[in-house]
Amino acid sequence: MTAWNAELDGGRLLADELAGKFPDARGRFGPFGGRYVPETLIPALERLAAGVHEHLHREDFRRELELELASWVGRPTALTHARTLSRRWRAAVWLKREDLAHTGAHKINNAVGQAILARRLGAKRIVAETGAGQHGVATAAACARIGLPCTVYMGEVDMQRQAPNVGRMKLLGATVVPVVNGDRTLRAAIDEALRDWVSDPLGTYYLLGSAVGPHPYPYLVRELQAVIGREARAQMLARAANLPDAVVACVGGGSNAIGLFHAFLADRQVEILGIEAGGRGTGLGENAASISFGRPGVLQGSYSLLLQDEAGQIQETHSVSAGLDYPGVGPEHALLRAAGRVRYESASDGEALEAVKECCESEGILPALESAHALAGAKRWAQANPGRRILVGLSGRGDKDMPTLQATLIAQLDQERGR
Amino acid sequence: MKERPGERLSAAIRAAAAQGEPAIIAFMTAGYPLREQFREQLAAIGEAADVVEIGVPFTDPMADGVTIQRSSQGALRQGVSLAWILAELRTMTRPRAPLVLMSYLNPLLAFGFEPLARAAAEAGVSGFIVPDLPYDEGEELRAALATQGLALVQMVTPVTTPERLAKVCAASEGFVYAVTMTGTTGRNAASLPDLARYLGRVRAAARTPVCAGFGIRRREQVVALRGQADGVIVGSALVELLERGEDPVRWLQGLRGRPAD
Repeated sequence: MTAWNAELDGGRLLADELAGKFPDARGRFGPFGGRYVPETLIPALERLAAGVHEHLHREDFRRELELELASWVGRPTALTHARTLSRRWRAAVWLKREDLAHTGAHKINNAVGQAILARRLGAKRIVAETGAGQHGVATAAACARIGLPCTVYMGEVDMQRQAPNVGRMKLLGATVVPVVNGDRTLRAAIDEALRDWVSDPLGTYYLLGSAVGPHPYPYLVRELQAVIGREARAQMLARAANLPDAVVACVGGGSNAIGLFHAFLADRQVEILGIEAGGRGTGLGENAASISFGRPGVLQGSYSLLLQDEAGQIQETHSVSAGLDYPGVGPEHALLRAAGRVRYESASDGEALEAVKECCESEGILPALESAHALAGAKRWAQANPGRRILVGLSGRGDKDMPTLQATLIAQLDQERGR
Repeated sequence: MKERPGERLSAAIRAAAAQGEPAIIAFMTAGYPLREQFREQLAAIGEAADVVEIGVPFTDPMADGVTIQRSSQGALRQGVSLAWILAELRTMTRPRAPLVLMSYLNPLLAFGFEPLARAAAEAGVSGFIVPDLPYDEGEELRAALATQGLALVQMVTPVTTPERLAKVCAASEGFVYAVTMTGTTGRNAASLPDLARYLGRVRAAARTPVCAGFGIRRREQVVALRGQADGVIVGSALVELLERGEDPVRWLQGLRGRPAD
């Protein structure tokens, strides 16, 4: 923990990251990560870590997972050349289409992998948290497929703004529990899922949806999402005959970003950009950009960058996108920023909404509000670096955002057309 | 000042337990329900209990049930902070019972471990309980607190493995906090058939007194723990009582089976 206060040696951290030394034996990515949980959860985390070690890279596990990814999730997902955006932005824009994955976002890659693992570890039931509802839907679907009962905790605020996903989870057989404590968004949902897990650490499997939380989750989720970057890198080489000059993804907890980035970390010529939720301003409480505006601290099991006040109280966040509305970020992103390998910026609510509109009109694709942050960041980069190749992680589709879009973009369109 | 970390806590618990009943460790969230009542409440509880555990409010109390979550939020809304608590303690007449602070890790990190140890020692605090700091992540805080003779109390649970139990008990200072159930604070205690066996294992591994907590709210439970635990920790039940504006002293005396005068 004190390592942060001392000068961090970015070059050394990057060398260790590229050499695969992280997470280390204590579950750390340099100074970040670790396992800050109540003692009750330690045996469960140790069993999970042992299970991850035993199964994740075993041949029969990989085969089962790959079959599910190919025949049920629909992988590999497409790489789309965005012709109109390329012309408008004066760049070669490529979209990695996780919106085409089953249930509509990258979340399914992790959910199906962990559900298979949970069954192998003998779990009786699955609990999960969800923000935008995408992880909840993915988990509900994976649990239905695998035959395990599923309970999803979701903040009351998110249940309102992502209503379509609540219905989907119910149809898929999950019990959705509204969380009325705390900030009533993703953070409170994680607290509540952890409390559920604390009450039955041996029979319950906690299927965490982002690359956050205590060790081994940040590692487990990254490994399961790394398929995004592996596919995208091979597809770029096949289709564009080249690596991209820049890779861009949105970052909330950071699972789609770490999944996309990982395959490109060693390609030093490739610039990597993470785009956080800039919300409506730079002040505390106005955004959810933990790397851009946060300080190191411990929340929900790991040491990372957090939006907090001087006294270490976690701040409420704001973003138009429920999936990015989280005051922390995965520890590996904190490391990549300290190592200087990834640059993190933010895009505002307004820029994200504008990007939804532009992507719809230009490419016939309705992106999730989360993914729209990546598009906004990519556009900015393209304008500063004309004529380059950009790969954008389109992490999910925007159907779930209809309630928000109805009140913003669509209302605006109706008004313009009515005039 | 040169005593071992936690010696004051251990001594208070042993002295109470020597009377034949488990010592009472009483938890209160600082400044809840009303910030203005903090001194008065602490004085009362500090007279009736053997150790007082003062809760530092945190926005994300993930190990706690609804009561302590509510009290934590209530205290935060009134501007209660670690710095405020330490300043109050420093300037007030403190009760005879030793004090431990219960805090999640992040407010302690924000304060800084070394300034924290100094400020806590000045405020007459004897130790800390940090529910999201398992012992293997606790070295830095333990070392910083030790420079001021302050204890870091560790928790064990019924699902802690035997090897780990030995290590955690060896590391714990002041007392060992034996969680008697899985789950968050404030739920009704599952009367584990093997509670006695579990506490026996903890006592065998511990160098310090062993205090049982989570879900203790009635005199019968305290009686049942006679001879099995050196102390009992009462939290949610006491917070609820303070919320209702009832007399904590009377209730704590009732837990001990001493009629109020």
